[in-house]
Amino acid sequence: MRVLLFAGLAEAVGRASVELQEPTPDTVAELLSVLAEAYPQASWQGVRIAVDQAYAEPAARLDSSMEIAAIPPVSGG
Amino acid sequence: MTHSSFAFRLCEGPLHGPGFAHQIEGDDAGCVVEFRGTVRGKAGDREVLRLEYDAYPEMVEAELRRIVEEVRSQHAILRVAIEHSSGTVPVGGCSVRVWIASAHRAAAFAAAAMLMDELKQRVPIWKKEVYADGGVWLGRGS
Repeated sequence: MRVLLFAGLAEAVGRASVELQEPTPDTVAELLSVLAEAYPQASWQGVRIAVDQAYAEPAARLDSSMEIAAIPPVSGG
Repeated sequence: MTHSSFAFRLCEGPLHGPGFAHQIEGDDAGCVVEFRGTVRGKAGDREVLRLEYDAYPEMVEAELRRIVEEVRSQHAILRVAIEHSSGTVPVGGCSVRVWIASAHRAAAFAAAAMLMDELKQRVPIWKKEVYADGGVWLGRGS
């Protein structure tokens, strides 16, 4: 399962995406805890998960065919 | 641009030139409100040298479309066009421009305010303030 990273997350992890090995998380909430454990050097506070280019709820289910992105707090404008 | 349309582009560096200013016009419009966001040289008492933007371009466009639909559901507007910078924008440079055409001005002013508030809360674009001694990625709504 590939997860896209941006801005401060990409900088702290050192790359623009990470690949999670099987067994991959089933839900958005699980994914966030897996990421926070695997990459403690990054700040996961306020990070939301987007699935196929839309924000997803914590209970939303995931599979590896989806485009998954970790969205840190935004600051456009 | 046709009636009820939406246009967006992400541009490398500061925004210049007419942008969508001409496409937004039409005989149906009584006004066009234009908003420009520019880069401040100070953040508190720190001197800012420039901003560096990161974006998730595919989702930026998708989320902006959702926001524009929400804005349309509340305000009687005709057309919306948006440009946002990616990459580096120097102090004084323009990093975002919004044009909203409507039959009457109250709707366009209110729509522009709502659109910018939602953009800053939801659209996956990030700015890093760069100072002489480093830089900081800013968080939601900054």
